[in-house]
Amino acid sequence: MDMVLSDEQNMLRDAAQGFLQASAPIDQLRRLRDEASTDGFDRDTWRAMAEMGWTGVLVPEAHGGVAMGHLAAGIIAEEMGRTLTASPWHSTVVMGATAVADFGFAEQQDEWLPRIAAGEAIVGIAVDEGRSHSPESVSTTADRSGDGFRLSGAKSFVADGHVADVLLVSARTAGEPNDVDGITLFLVSPGTAGVTVERQWMLDSRNSASIGFNDVHVAADAVVGEIDRGWDALQSVLDAGRAGLAAEMCGSAQECLARTVDYLKTRRQFDRPIGAFQGLQHRAAQLFAEIEIGSSAVIRALRTLDSATEDAPMVVSLAKSKLGRVAQLAAQEAIQMHGGIGMTDEFDIGFFLKRVRVAEALYGDANYHTDRFARIRNY
Amino acid sequence: MLHVPNFEERGSVVTELDTFRDATRSWLESNCPAEMRLPLQDEHDAVWGGRHPTFKNDAQKVWLERMAEKGWTAPEWPARYGGGGLSKQEGRILKEEMNAIRARPPLMSFGLWMLGPALLKYGSEEQKAEHLPRIVRGEIRWAQGYSEPNSGSDLASLATRCEANGDHYLINGQKIWTSYGHKADWIFVLVRTDFEAAKHDGISLVLVDMDQAGVTTRPIKLLSGMSHFCETFFDDARCEMHNLVGEINQGWTVAKYLLTHEREMIGGSAIGRAAMRPLSEIVAQQVGLDERGLLDDPVLRVDVARAEIDSLAFLWTTERIAAQAKAGQGVGALSSMLKYYGTELNKRRYDLMMYSAGHSALAVDGEENLGRDWLRSKANSIEGGTSEVQLNIVAKRILGLPSA
Repeated sequence: MDMVLSDEQNMLRDAAQGFLQASAPIDQLRRLRDEASTDGFDRDTWRAMAEMGWTGVLVPEAHGGVAMGHLAAGIIAEEMGRTLTASPWHSTVVMGATAVADFGFAEQQDEWLPRIAAGEAIVGIAVDEGRSHSPESVSTTADRSGDGFRLSGAKSFVADGHVADVLLVSARTAGEPNDVDGITLFLVSPGTAGVTVERQWMLDSRNSASIGFNDVHVAADAVVGEIDRGWDALQSVLDAGRAGLAAEMCGSAQECLARTVDYLKTRRQFDRPIGAFQGLQHRAAQLFAEIEIGSSAVIRALRTLDSATEDAPMVVSLAKSKLGRVAQLAAQEAIQMHGGIGMTDEFDIGFFLKRVRVAEALYGDANYHTDRFARIRNY
Repeated sequence: MLHVPNFEERGSVVTELDTFRDATRSWLESNCPAEMRLPLQDEHDAVWGGRHPTFKNDAQKVWLERMAEKGWTAPEWPARYGGGGLSKQEGRILKEEMNAIRARPPLMSFGLWMLGPALLKYGSEEQKAEHLPRIVRGEIRWAQGYSEPNSGSDLASLATRCEANGDHYLINGQKIWTSYGHKADWIFVLVRTDFEAAKHDGISLVLVDMDQAGVTTRPIKLLSGMSHFCETFFDDARCEMHNLVGEINQGWTVAKYLLTHEREMIGGSAIGRAAMRPLSEIVAQQVGLDERGLLDDPVLRVDVARAEIDSLAFLWTTERIAAQAKAGQGVGALSSMLKYYGTELNKRRYDLMMYSAGHSALAVDGEENLGRDWLRSKANSIEGGTSEVQLNIVAKRILGLPSA
């Protein structure tokens, strides 16, 4: 498997880096937080990303996208991890597009893919219900009613759910709460009668919503994929998002190291740059090694998704698990090596610690994915 | 078995490389003895050559002779020095075809891995012509004389003296950790040739015949009970002037080049082991699975999963860095990062295998000599530059942090 980026991919990285650092740096996130932004992300930035074709990176050309694949999407996500740009990227561009393009019916594809590609529709992923990620634990019910379904239950930790134009909802059409059989996926408009959306500001200054479904009626054509057999599609959609988050966390880890190394070279104590002290040199060098190892896992996971091979779930869980640990290590080490100033809100480094902690929990933390990795390998 | 496509399957015209592959395949098929296609079981299965070679069976001898005859013990060295004269692509094909039939390497040798590459880069024409063909044929077994009792990580502080005495040099001092020194014929030695200059500027690399009264060796017994490492003493040992490699007092440059090869060798063997058999398979066999199909030791299960995650990601990192090197992006100090990470991982692997094997691994000569291998693994992060030295190199040369 090719582990090196092509010239074209390097050009995409440069373009993404140039745009994000100029138009959506950490200052933007700080402003969104301080002004208590209604949307929680910057619509002008999102429109500009759509104009560059980014929002259609996983949408087929026939539906107005550029179909560049998961590696390209991951390259952009990694750059967003450096600038901490807030946007509904993973839920919409990666998971929403994957769900509809790979498992949706023709009518759903016609309706949603061109709008996702154009940056005009935001998708919310409503799959979690409990204390932490456990996609088979589905208590939300979808009972047949006439020629449609009635949904009842509650979803939580729905990233950018308060601005979503459509929700991808997992609900139980058969079986018990922890069965993988009997899960069905639905596309539900948050404007439907009986849907309640409660926004929650998160530690990382971004948003997630708690969403209630109180006897919500949807038509039969709201089903994505097969009735009762939504588990494989759900895993596939989640894996796309997990790989994207791993890429984002990789970018954040790299940025933490870069900022820390700069600081070690300039901050002086005991009449010398603190980077001359071996105690700090070894912390930085070990972190460098961990990030190098982690970035290989990210490239491998994205390429494996693009080649649609059987080991995608194993490689994706490996990457999400590894990057969850590496990115948190990077953010914690960055704070430690920045000393007191790293603990202040005025200094940007703390934003990384907060974002990677939330990204770590999204769609399965390192513990969840270490366990999943072992199960896939039969132990 | 590894499948290597032949030209019919690729449906393209027959190129020179295809022809080479077919010829190589059929030559290996008729020349590699069946015994030489079995996995290495113990240290006696490895052939090291030398003036007094030991062969476990005829197949080892025949395999070495046939491969040496073609220069394929050193496939990419120039043919005029006895090498195979193959291009990089041809060398890769040979490796692939040997892997496909699981052919053992015909010869293990510090001459092939370390001294040869350094001679090709820094040696005189006379030195190349004298030493390289004998390395290729496995006639001379080389040892490495680098570390000294008081010069370990601070190698450049070495004190072994080399002084002119008429038409030759005399060498006095002591080297330590000379691998297989008691079985070696010649030794490449870092010596001090200028006693006034700064420590990096007074070092030279010389080649010394160990078959003389002035050179004695003594094996060192290690934690594992094994004695592959020696102390080597030089007491007015004689070295001909033409056996000084490169410029006098410029030996540090050659030494660093050699060390890069040593790091790659040690890091690479760690990779080889990691790629061999999945840790989880070994552990699952010993510990067993519970009724849910999970490893029947929940704490060990997590440790094993984390180790496997890191091992796979490390393996992909070596692939990525090799691909970058091929694309001309250079490896440089990244080899220090790989040496550090690969050896620490290997120690973790042995630690977990000890937990997995339980009491049986604690007996002397217990469970497949695991205890001995576990003890041996502790040297991985010391030999060839300690983990701390590798981290120093990463900090200074990759991260650009200042010297203390």
